[in-house]
Amino acid sequence: MSKAIFMPKEKDFRLAVIDRRLAGINEIYPIMSSKGGVGKTLISAVLALILRDRGYKVGLLDLDITNPSAHTALGVSIKELPEEEKGVKPLIADGIKFMSVAFYTQDKPLPLRGWEIDNVIRELLAITIWGDLDYLIIDTPPGLSDEALDAISYFRSPKPLVVATPSPLAINSVRRLLQLLNDLNGLKVLGIVENMANEPSKRVRELAEAFSIKYLGNVPLDPTIDEVIGDTSKLRNTLLYVALKGIAEKNLGPNP
Amino acid sequence: MHEWALAEAIVDYITKVSSGKKRFKRVTVKLGELQSIDEEILRFSINEILKADGIHVKELRFEKVPAIFRCRNCGYEWSLKDMEMDEEIKELIHFVPEAVHTYFKCPKCGSRDFEIVGGRGVYVVEVIPE
Repeated sequence: MSKAIFMPKEKDFRLAVIDRRLAGINEIYPIMSSKGGVGKTLISAVLALILRDRGYKVGLLDLDITNPSAHTALGVSIKELPEEEKGVKPLIADGIKFMSVAFYTQDKPLPLRGWEIDNVIRELLAITIWGDLDYLIIDTPPGLSDEALDAISYFRSPKPLVVATPSPLAINSVRRLLQLLNDLNGLKVLGIVENMANEPSKRVRELAEAFSIKYLGNVPLDPTIDEVIGDTSKLRNTLLYVALKGIAEKNLGPNP
Repeated sequence: MHEWALAEAIVDYITKVSSGKKRFKRVTVKLGELQSIDEEILRFSINEILKADGIHVKELRFEKVPAIFRCRNCGYEWSLKDMEMDEEIKELIHFVPEAVHTYFKCPKCGSRDFEIVGGRGVYVVEVIPE
């Protein structure tokens, strides 16, 4: 009987194609925070809008598999599935290429165990055809679980942007994330954005300094933000957009 | 054609694990029933990509695997034929098989905490060079 001689340790064929799928992407920014509720999703969506408005080709990937919400932030309808053409083409929303598991769960609950979440991430990365992008922004789940860490493990040279708030609860949590990121050899953290802060706080500045990471800037708390979520025109008039635009102009590459 | 994307992944995998060999006696791929892959489209796609990459596979074998589920709460086991699945949901699960947890529960106790024991999706089991 013939014997298969090539049975490598990693038997998942999907991993072989992920690099090819991401090959046309120049910069990958996972938006990370181990603490929930610090504004990762809005920062991801608005940063994608800002970069798009500056003329870049931008993608937004929601990797919060069990609780996706980037589509809500951008006002994307998930009723229509992304088109298929030799793979799945991300939906175009406001000029941004957008992909989320929400298209396939139709916003219903998707209760999954850790390895199942990993399976979904691999499937999405293997079938999504991004094409050429200047930036891929990834909205990641909170915590330090499989899916949060997978958000950086499948990508070549990802540059995480870490989100914190001035709350001591967030600081403690984000410190743990930074310790983990610090242990990954060669990983360049883009910096920390301090969200929901009218002024830069000493706590977050010191945290950035402790890990030799750039403090990128603060984003004021905008009490009206919930009223404009899902409306990209109105999102462009928020304090969040203005503050994040300043941060992006200073830190995220030259004008095209 | 979502199958084309999977076919590219399979051919990239064959190339990767064989360190670039060009001739193979057999490649065996398991097709899990849950993902309802169109076998003919997948075969066509793989053959087109193999041809373009100058790779020869004498026998491309597909093995169908029935989808089996086991409840983590009560231990009950069931198969796909026990589930009524309309075409729309079938299509959503075709792209992301784990979405089965969104649309189905354990038929015995109603828990969504169940495991896909077998037949989830595509799986390369054998790559035999000439």
